[in-house]
Amino acid sequence: MKFRSRRGLAQFVALLVILLVDRLVSPQFFDLRFQDGRLFGSLIDVLNRGAPVALLSLGMVLVIATRGIDLSVGAVMAIAGAIAASLADSHALPLVLAVALGAGLACGLWNGILVAVFGIQPIIATLILMVAGRGIAQLITEGRIVTFTSGDLAWLGNGSVLGLPAPVVILAGMLIVTAAVVRGSAFGLLIEATGGNARAAELAGVGTRATLLAVYAWCGLCAALAGIIAAADILGADANNAGLWLELDAILAVVIGGTSLFGGRFSLVLAVVGALIIQAMNTGILLSGYPPELNLLVKSVVVLTVLLLQSSRLTAIASRFSGGKP
Amino acid sequence: MTLKAIFMTAVSAALLFAVPASAAQLTVGFSQIGSESGWRAAETSVTKQQAAQRKVNLKIADAQQKQENQIKAIRSFIAQNVDAIFLAPVVASGWDAVLKEAKEAKIPVVLLDRDIDPSGKDLYLTAVTSDSVHEGVVAGEWLAKTVGDKPCNVVELQGTVGASVATNRKKGFDSVVAKHANLKVVRSQTGDFTRAKGKEVMESFIKAENGGKSICAVYAHNDDMMVGAIQAMKAAGLKPGKDVLTVSIDAVPDIFKAMADGEANATVELTPNMAGPALDAIMAYKDKGTVPPKWIQTESKLYTAADDPMKVYESKRGLGY
Repeated sequence: MKFRSRRGLAQFVALLVILLVDRLVSPQFFDLRFQDGRLFGSLIDVLNRGAPVALLSLGMVLVIATRGIDLSVGAVMAIAGAIAASLADSHALPLVLAVALGAGLACGLWNGILVAVFGIQPIIATLILMVAGRGIAQLITEGRIVTFTSGDLAWLGNGSVLGLPAPVVILAGMLIVTAAVVRGSAFGLLIEATGGNARAAELAGVGTRATLLAVYAWCGLCAALAGIIAAADILGADANNAGLWLELDAILAVVIGGTSLFGGRFSLVLAVVGALIIQAMNTGILLSGYPPELNLLVKSVVVLTVLLLQSSRLTAIASRFSGGKP
Repeated sequence: MTLKAIFMTAVSAALLFAVPASAAQLTVGFSQIGSESGWRAAETSVTKQQAAQRKVNLKIADAQQKQENQIKAIRSFIAQNVDAIFLAPVVASGWDAVLKEAKEAKIPVVLLDRDIDPSGKDLYLTAVTSDSVHEGVVAGEWLAKTVGDKPCNVVELQGTVGASVATNRKKGFDSVVAKHANLKVVRSQTGDFTRAKGKEVMESFIKAENGGKSICAVYAHNDDMMVGAIQAMKAAGLKPGKDVLTVSIDAVPDIFKAMADGEANATVELTPNMAGPALDAIMAYKDKGTVPPKWIQTESKLYTAADDPMKVYESKRGLGY
């Protein structure tokens, strides 16, 4: 058994197993067909519905790799969605996107300044915006669900490219961009160094402060994009509910993806796989027809199983029993 | 006319109008929960309208979802010696002490929209609430009447698991379904009362039910989930309102727009006008000493495409939903 040498195997196996279980509870799970020029099927639903959390986890994984955490992403989603929906019918799409993404970036920078400049613990620093941010979003929408009719913005949630839903394409684009930035340069290394041992990294000449600012800003940007997609999807901004508790799903996705909350080594792809594992499970529960009272129970059992699969101690025990060397 | 005469006329005019007005004008303190939903905002604006219509002086305190703020507001209303207190309680328990204070000050309390624990039964005058079981019944009866004897597979979008409104709206609907052998709830999942979840759950229902072909009707515990479900049906190539019947509850403006477009069939109103009946009860109580019943049930009115949805939409739009 060489689980540790094959990083990511556990996650891909988990995703595959969950998809197969989904197939068991719902025989048409792998069916795909074209409907009005776009692919239609449960697998597409998993990708499409998983895209917002996957986007959040792209930003979150970088923050967690620096040994931080960002609790405010759900609230930032609500702010960006509220801004986008409020402006959509009166302004052109590029301006709408610029303002909404700009707000997300500003929120991220705010978190980054609190953490990097003022040295506030990330969980507290981002808790401030988690609470206040939803209030800001509610101020923008005046507590109502702000609806819009602009087809341009709606496309981001409901459109398609070559049959794939627009959110999935946006997610793929963001994954490529993020990977290019952090792995195509030394930036990923700086992040891991900051998370591994900030003091040592500082002494070795890593600009930990700038690194922290950059990852929190990127996290805010990803959250804003997720918020825009969520608003575009339902043709309206629901400040009370948009992104509610999704920060926890994003953190879970990162952890399922094998990135430690103690910072250091991280994987972008596996964080996205983590988000898809969560969504594959959610979609499966919805398809299964079980009473909704069981939703959370099923979810927690599956998450626990996936995390146990990754536990190196458990792997060691298992291989001792099977006679091999850990 | 001399200056004195003008002065005298003015004084007598003032007396003429001021005296009866001050004797009859009621001051009512309203402790509102907050503005967590569009319905809540509409309730606040309708309460203002209703008070203005009856020339009642209304003081509103927004508790921002906190019971301690509501208790503070009630104490301050007692200190101001208002004629009556309206309370939309954020939670069911913990009201006994402050309601006793109101009772000792002889200020009648009327509960709006939500009830409190039975221990406080004799501490308030009356409760004006909707019967959410009945709302489910009205929705179910509309569906039963509309489909007639034809077999009909219904999918249900439940509210948040454990919320009493969701439990009751399910109970009411189920009681009608039980009486009609041709109606069958084939799938039931929670959509958390939100558009986004309503859409996601409906997408999965459509896939699980043969691309939606075997779904005859959708019942949603609130209109917001139905708005999401309608989007999901349209994306799947179904025609909501024609291929698939829809019935939901709340009567928020956007469902009337969908109704006007022929994409929704029926909604049961949870009226934001809880204050109207409450004010009438208080005025009768103050004028003639009429003690109202302990529970005043608001009407659960059914709206369909026959009720000029565009007009209702326009009239509801300004209420802050």
